[in-house]
Amino acid sequence: MDGGAESVDDEVRSYPGARRPDRQRTVDAHGLALAVYEWGDPTAPPLLLTHGGFDFAATFDLLAPLLADAGHRVVAWDQRGHGHSDHAALYSWDADLRDAATVMASIGPDPMPVLGHSKGGSLMMQLANALPHRVSSLVNLDGLPSRRSIPDIPDHQRTKLMAKDLTERLDHRRSVSDRQRRPGTITELAERRRQMNPRLDQAWLEYVVTIGARRDPDGWRWRIDPAMRMGGFGPWRPEWSMMRLPDIGVPVLAVLGMEPEVMGWGTRPEDVEPNLPSGGRLVTMEGVGHFVHIEQPRAVADLVLEHLA
Amino acid sequence: MSTPSITRLHHGRVGLALHHLRGGEGRPLLLLHGLGERTPSEIPAPLAPWPGPVVGLDLTGHGASDVPAGGGYYCEALMGDVDAALVHLGPVTIHGRGLGAYVALLIAGARATLVRGAILADGPGLAGGGPTPPAASILTVVEPAPPGGTPYPWAMHELTRDVRPPDYADTYARLASVNSGLDTALAVVGVNRPPWLEAVVQEPGVVECPLAEALERFAAVD
Repeated sequence: MDGGAESVDDEVRSYPGARRPDRQRTVDAHGLALAVYEWGDPTAPPLLLTHGGFDFAATFDLLAPLLADAGHRVVAWDQRGHGHSDHAALYSWDADLRDAATVMASIGPDPMPVLGHSKGGSLMMQLANALPHRVSSLVNLDGLPSRRSIPDIPDHQRTKLMAKDLTERLDHRRSVSDRQRRPGTITELAERRRQMNPRLDQAWLEYVVTIGARRDPDGWRWRIDPAMRMGGFGPWRPEWSMMRLPDIGVPVLAVLGMEPEVMGWGTRPEDVEPNLPSGGRLVTMEGVGHFVHIEQPRAVADLVLEHLA
Repeated sequence: MSTPSITRLHHGRVGLALHHLRGGEGRPLLLLHGLGERTPSEIPAPLAPWPGPVVGLDLTGHGASDVPAGGGYYCEALMGDVDAALVHLGPVTIHGRGLGAYVALLIAGARATLVRGAILADGPGLAGGGPTPPAASILTVVEPAPPGGTPYPWAMHELTRDVRPPDYADTYARLASVNSGLDTALAVVGVNRPPWLEAVVQEPGVVECPLAEALERFAAVD
């Protein structure tokens, strides 16, 4: 891990309601150093937050303080390759799950509530299936994949697209060892991120740049591993995540942001309802996009606190 | 018996060992070992009839290749290992055992013009984790690595869990036959037929035949 010795305090922006963690530590996940962050009273009951793909723990800087101030020890971490955690040689779903369990073990032995956004929500559903004795409650924030965002195209066309995708992915793999992210100003990096987060405001995006990027002599660079690409490489299917939902035996709160956007799944309530386990609650947020906890931190915190009460 | 010479290759941050088992003229036969195996030190007798050079690649976490920190193994990453070998070797014919047979199928589909025939043989790791996801489980501790460091236990664990849907596998078989221009792109020489392989043998451009015949067939193509 790099300590960010080159960064200077005057580059840390502020954003209304955002608060940096109270504590930071490192967890050794089988040889990889993962950056772990905590907000709130260290003796309060823990709550584990899991970020989505291409995000990092600081994207909880709005939600986590609200949960901490309500009496929780809120813990989040940067997934391998993301934020301030080590870059790995290999990235896989099972490795992320194992890293999650390793972070969880570093928090304490008792069952704890878990919350995940997007990919993090899917990870937490599978974790709750795999380790039911470690999870007391689950919150899934717009992390319920469905087929809706996958275009329905004929087989021969699909095969052609797959050939192109495979070539691009292998060509990318051939060049990763000397690849690095493009440098830019804080404004430029925020604008680049806006392509994936079109509903989030510039001041917020600039705030997260100063945490998720580092300042090199030639400009700011996102810390995320340049070897990573969007989307999985392999046969993953959305129903492989949704199938974990009905099996969950602890209280479930699922939240859907109803405004379609590029990083979301476009999942509708009718895709989720048949899969909700007994007693589970589905809440839809109209006029809110995929990043529900960034667009509406107070409303989401209230839902979570009500769920945990 | 002499020790084969080794070329070090790189796939991203992982160093790989490519073993030169026999020199010669013509297109190389590239051997991919099974799960937990490594490139043999000598050419197995049934493969000796191959007329050209013979090389073998140790996949990530196996043999003399590197063991990455923190695991995260999956077959498409191993396909990238083979792609690194293709950069070095140019066009090859591939013989894959078990896990190596599945990886051979993937690279034959993805780099169809560089793989001049792939021979899929029985061996450890042929079935993988089956056609649908296995029960959710998380292992956070594995046994220590064996003397020499490989095969690394995370590789052994994770590569017996990776999902191999039949319709996913047969897309690669179709890509191999359509994009290679070969009448026969894949030869299945083994006995076992896990669901992915059962689907693959139904595809046009895939034959089931004895190994000797497969070697002869692919040696004859340009």
